[in-house]
Amino acid sequence: MRYFPHTGEDIKEMLDEIGLDSLDDLFTPIPEDCRRDGDLELPGPLTEWELNAHMDALAQDMAVPPEYRVFLGAGSYNHFIPEVVRQLLLRSEFYTAYTPYQPEISQGTLQAIYEYQTLTTRLLGMDVANASMYDGASALAEALLMAIRITKRKKVAVSRLVHPFYRRVVQTYLTAPGYEVVELPYRKNGTTDLSSLANLEEYAAVAVQSPNFFGCIEDLEFQGKKVHADQKTLFVVAFGEPLAYGLVKSPGELGADIACGEGQSLGIPQSFGGPGLGMFAARQKFVRSMPGRLVGRTTDKDGRPGFVLTLATREQHIRRERATSNICSNHGLCALASTMYMACVGGTGFRELAQLNHDKAEYLKNGLRKGGATIPFDAPTFNEFVVRFPAGFEETHGRLLQKRIVAGIPVSPFFPELSDHYLLCTTETNTKEDMDALIKEVGS
Amino acid sequence: MKEPLGATGLVFNESLLWEKGRKGRTGFSLPRRDVDPSPLEKGLIRKGPDFPDLSELDAVRHFTRLSQWNFGVDSGMYPLGSCTMKYNPKTNERQASLPGFAAAHPLLPADLSQGVLQMMFDLERYLSEITGLSAVSLQPAAGAHGELTGMMIVRAFHQNAGKPRSKILIPDTAHGTNPASAALCGFTPVPVKSDERGVLSPEYAASVMDEDTAGIMVTNPNTLGLFEEHIKEIAHIIHGKGGLVYVDGANMNAVMGIVSMGDMGVDLMHLNLHKTFSTPHGGGGPGSGPVCVRKDLEPFLPVPRVVKEDEKYFLCWDFPKSIGKLQAFYGNVGVLVRAYSYILSMGKELKRASQLAVLNANYLRIKLTGIFHLPYDRPCMHECVFSDKMQEQDKVTTLDMAKRLMDYGFHPPTIYFPLVVHGAIMIEPTESESKETLDLFVEACKAVAEEAKNDSALLFDAPTKPKARRMNETEAARRPCLAG
Repeated sequence: MRYFPHTGEDIKEMLDEIGLDSLDDLFTPIPEDCRRDGDLELPGPLTEWELNAHMDALAQDMAVPPEYRVFLGAGSYNHFIPEVVRQLLLRSEFYTAYTPYQPEISQGTLQAIYEYQTLTTRLLGMDVANASMYDGASALAEALLMAIRITKRKKVAVSRLVHPFYRRVVQTYLTAPGYEVVELPYRKNGTTDLSSLANLEEYAAVAVQSPNFFGCIEDLEFQGKKVHADQKTLFVVAFGEPLAYGLVKSPGELGADIACGEGQSLGIPQSFGGPGLGMFAARQKFVRSMPGRLVGRTTDKDGRPGFVLTLATREQHIRRERATSNICSNHGLCALASTMYMACVGGTGFRELAQLNHDKAEYLKNGLRKGGATIPFDAPTFNEFVVRFPAGFEETHGRLLQKRIVAGIPVSPFFPELSDHYLLCTTETNTKEDMDALIKEVGS
Repeated sequence: MKEPLGATGLVFNESLLWEKGRKGRTGFSLPRRDVDPSPLEKGLIRKGPDFPDLSELDAVRHFTRLSQWNFGVDSGMYPLGSCTMKYNPKTNERQASLPGFAAAHPLLPADLSQGVLQMMFDLERYLSEITGLSAVSLQPAAGAHGELTGMMIVRAFHQNAGKPRSKILIPDTAHGTNPASAALCGFTPVPVKSDERGVLSPEYAASVMDEDTAGIMVTNPNTLGLFEEHIKEIAHIIHGKGGLVYVDGANMNAVMGIVSMGDMGVDLMHLNLHKTFSTPHGGGGPGSGPVCVRKDLEPFLPVPRVVKEDEKYFLCWDFPKSIGKLQAFYGNVGVLVRAYSYILSMGKELKRASQLAVLNANYLRIKLTGIFHLPYDRPCMHECVFSDKMQEQDKVTTLDMAKRLMDYGFHPPTIYFPLVVHGAIMIEPTESESKETLDLFVEACKAVAEEAKNDSALLFDAPTKPKARRMNETEAARRPCLAG
């Protein structure tokens, strides 16, 4: 096995040194009745050649671009990843290191995270960001737990237009310790309806997502004011598509106390839904209540600037069961990828790219509308939107799959009242030609 | 000692991203615009985010220079205890980057995602074989996330039985995250002291276990690198009072193919794919923390689950007793592909990995005895824990020695953990290191211990070879500067 350096001679010399006769003797501390019988029944070992062939075959049993024209978003977005990001991420000094516990030999990771935190605050218009969390859904759950800790209230309100999977995660995280989640309905235009929200003083937080699950841009400014009618209630803004903030106003500008969501769009492969990047940012006054790792700037013994993990007294290894979270890692490599991505795209490019995403979606929206579909929600959208097709579209959807076009996902599994509604997405990777093909097929 | 591994060479100063570049540069190739502009309502629009504009080479040099300030497993020995910093095989990176995996959308219809679903289904089976527990969820994103999932299952189990419980036993040799994970589920952690031999005693476990206690969270092998030899008896005691036995499997690298967790009386556990199964630590993540459970706990696993029927795989949500969902989609699939590739590359040789990991740890235990104090002087599993007691008289601490090891070209061990050992030095060499490397490490430790006696100023001043010197952590915490 090429991963083992030990020769028979090495093993013998080492066993001699320890005073044992065989490798089996190393395990005498384990009582007999805890041992397993017989070898592990696993396939392999495969040679590198066999592994490549096996994995190629599995990978081929998947529908991915460019063979398939995929118009799917809903929390995972197909954006172009520059080769630069892919290759820089393979610098193994980055990916074979661990959490930067020893700052002197981890300055690369630490500075990159500090840059990630900074770019995240700039993108979201917030004061402080952590070093990242698992993904958008768990980041939202942690945000709500944080609001519960800050306000000492036991109830939160979450818009129904927050991604249904995120809501499920929130439910899971909040039910275990016994907190209550109230869902907020949506309005006819595809945005959240806060009018039913009464007794604000009972709520630790109100959470919306923008752009929301329907792709619609929420009126955060209005909602923020409404939520802040109670001084203590936190306004939490979630997101699944951070590229939107290249074009539309950021949560911070519009009154969010915590902004959190998924950063996969920023240079991270979709990988069937994970690993993602849980982005998490808050107002300065909440910094000591934040979950997750934080990197801070300081100086070394010679007075030169450098970086360390800081404010660890919030964390599980110091504060144990009173910690702000049990999280003890971050999605470091994904945060690094997003930093590289934001650095390559740049401020100017980010704006242009966001505009292009929006414009493509508008092109497709108009094309489908002309072909007889309706756009049921009239709030503005970014790069995805809901379409209502004529009844019986399910069959067309299936026929399109045969033609290697994935025409969005049906909305009805999540919103039973919305039959024949589909959620479609376009990014810079969908060409006009692809969209024309879809428009033509749908119209035919 | 011949010339040490650690050397100095040319590295670069590198400013912060936003101190570089110039407005108007770009490092990105936008696709040709093939649709007309369609302006969004003015009131919604912002100015673009305040990111710097860099050329492609600006960005490349920036991150290349940063990478050179880092120490990874590929740079040298990284004996960080309880973290299993083994070699991350390069072929795994190739497999995870295949477009069929990397570019797959999570909401593709099952018919169009058979490859990845099959991979997940089989990986669950392999992890089940390795642990001896019958069902697996790949959803948790990290070890701590696995612990949380496990605790939610324990909670759901008792609730389902109509008898919710409020406490959970956590030994002082368990991983530091355990109490926080239990607390997130509303459990009150009850600390359990290990005995003078560094393991749990059945008598003590019996004295703290009661019918309001949901179970026990044991790290086995524990954080002293010792196998909890009474685990079966303790499991019997816990089960006798209706509790469950949870194992933190972060140290599974010691016992693959050696033990059966199922036969030991373990009800559920998590694995760390980024430790035991060779996926890269990524500077802090992403990891993956699958949870394995015995048959009757299967209904509580997170949804959706990968199911196979008529030779077809699909995601099934219909598990009414499920605790719910822990992340947006199905797990860190990119990490799963790497672990799956590793398991296929190793097959039953996984047992050999554990044997060699334990061999390496015991070799270091013998070779370092007398250089550092060994508080629990017994055969260890995959790691061994020393302390700075012998250096106390020279006023040299674990921290000083750790910093000095960097100058010799080694990543320091885990320090000051576990808490049961004062000034702990926790060393986990893994099976990846050769005898020569271990001997060099021993030489370096010997040299550092000598310096502690004869020239301690060298240690207080260390490290001197990395780009950065010791950091002022107090200043960082007192006046946090978290963004530029």
